[in-house]
Amino acid sequence: MATLTTASTSAPARTTSLWRRSLTSLSRKPLAMVSLLIIVLFILVAVFAPQLAPYGPAQADFLQVRKAPSAAHLLGTDDVGRDVLSRLIFGARASLTAGAISVIIAMILGVPLGLIAGFYHGFVSELIMRFTDALLSFPFLILAVALAAAFGPSLTNAMVAIGIASAPTFVRLTRGQVLAVRSEDYVQAATASGAGDFGILTRHVLPNSLAPLIVQGTLTIASAIIAESSLSFLGLGVQPPTPSWGGMLNVAKNFMNQAPWMAIWPGLAIFITVLAFNLFGDGVRDALDPRD
Amino acid sequence: MLNYILRRVMTAIPTLLIVTVMVFAVQRMLPGDPALVLAGEERDPQVIEFIRDRYRLNDPVPVQYVAWLGQVVQGNLGQSFRTRQPVTQLILQKLPVTVELSLLAMLFALAIAIPTGVIAAVRKGTAADYVSTIAALSGLSLPNFWMGIMLILVVSVQWKLLPASGFVPLNEGVWPNLQRMIMPAFVLGTGLAAVLMRQMRSSMLEVLKQDYVRTAQAKGLARFLVVTRHALRNALIPVITILGLQLGGLLSGAVLTEQVFTIPGFGKLVIDAVFNRDYAVVQGIVLFTATAYIVINLLVDVAYALANPKIQMR
Repeated sequence: MATLTTASTSAPARTTSLWRRSLTSLSRKPLAMVSLLIIVLFILVAVFAPQLAPYGPAQADFLQVRKAPSAAHLLGTDDVGRDVLSRLIFGARASLTAGAISVIIAMILGVPLGLIAGFYHGFVSELIMRFTDALLSFPFLILAVALAAAFGPSLTNAMVAIGIASAPTFVRLTRGQVLAVRSEDYVQAATASGAGDFGILTRHVLPNSLAPLIVQGTLTIASAIIAESSLSFLGLGVQPPTPSWGGMLNVAKNFMNQAPWMAIWPGLAIFITVLAFNLFGDGVRDALDPRD
Repeated sequence: MLNYILRRVMTAIPTLLIVTVMVFAVQRMLPGDPALVLAGEERDPQVIEFIRDRYRLNDPVPVQYVAWLGQVVQGNLGQSFRTRQPVTQLILQKLPVTVELSLLAMLFALAIAIPTGVIAAVRKGTAADYVSTIAALSGLSLPNFWMGIMLILVVSVQWKLLPASGFVPLNEGVWPNLQRMIMPAFVLGTGLAAVLMRQMRSSMLEVLKQDYVRTAQAKGLARFLVVTRHALRNALIPVITILGLQLGGLLSGAVLTEQVFTIPGFGKLVIDAVFNRDYAVVQGIVLFTATAYIVINLLVDVAYALANPKIQMR
């Protein structure tokens, strides 16, 4: 799992200039910018997969089974003669969708619960935190495996499982931010001027807790992509014949002697994508840290 | 002291109870009538009624939960639908394999993380720091099942140095056992090494700023001795904490590593159970791992409090 980050918060008046300053600072980090470029590139590949792929992702050719890379098949063919490059290109869709949707699910579940747990004291807050602790005590992948098994194996269910398993991090992070912000003068002022709890939470507390949530979101995309490919590798995510990088590796491991190229590229694709999100997340964290 | 331990145990108990409620609830949510699942091929209504009675499936859900919890507390996690073996027995059979794998992985991780973390901190801002930071992030980004496949491809298939998969118990020979455990342990250890290295670097940087380190330096002690003798010991404390918290990560990683290297451990048990729809085993494992995590972290906290009385004040 990616590590939690905390950044100190600022008064709303300075918010805009802080965001702008952070963006400028981010744009000056070469590693983060290269990572962003790679991420955008992979997104474009996923979106324009039908235009880019030389063959259909499920187009099997039994005369071309396990052929080494050649001019016709740049990255070779797989066990049923499908083009590895085309499957790799289409496989980007599963990984990137899973990364994005899982994080959205985790945030939709985690952020409101964190806001409530941080803003109110008492039984409900205590209950939310105990539930979060309980969820955190399940090993991430074992929880995702158990949930994916209970819901049935599919990409959608894998994303829900990863989302649920990632939610506790967001509950803890949001709660920590709320606890830091709620004693700030402007929140006290808003309370004194009679603003409702909902207004205070959405207008004052949430915007000032956004920075670390964005960082955590980016880093969670990285771990969600690994989790999705792990579940697909185990046969609990994307179901064949739909291509996914993890699923391709699941098949490839049976043909390591005969067709090693089947195993190299999908893993490399996962590695590069995840590294790009991790490096970008690190860059965003540094850029948003007002101490720098 | 006793007060602190009691307080710490009191917060662990509700968490543990919620864990059991969650596991029980998911069990209930599963599609299909459990009595029919237990009956297997048998469709005789009398048999099914007998099963319902025996497993208290006719009782209200809270009553069922309490009865189930009573069994769990006594170490009875039910029995495998497939093999009829008690789940606890299955877990205890497979556990030593995964424990060995995890311990070896921890050794690899510490052996990589401590020196690189220290060097990165001592040489902050230099090329060495930059390279080790990128290496750590790469370690975090590497899917360990792919790394396992690549290692098999190079070390076993190309170089024919180590067996690609399988397992030999320790009591049948230490070397044959290690031959098959080195690669999986290394694979499992790299992700952990990355996490620990980052922690080692940042805690070393903190410690190097402390007064006593400056004093040691001022009195003319060699830089190497200051770092290894004075700073390292204190900088290691947060690293050890993180090691405790990473236990879940190790178990998650073991699921994949054992699958790649066909090691008959805990992770293989859970995946086989999932594919055999042996839910009792899946539930048992989930409950067992979560409990182990809570108990181990509780013990780590208590050990700290014993070692450092200041912690109790917080």
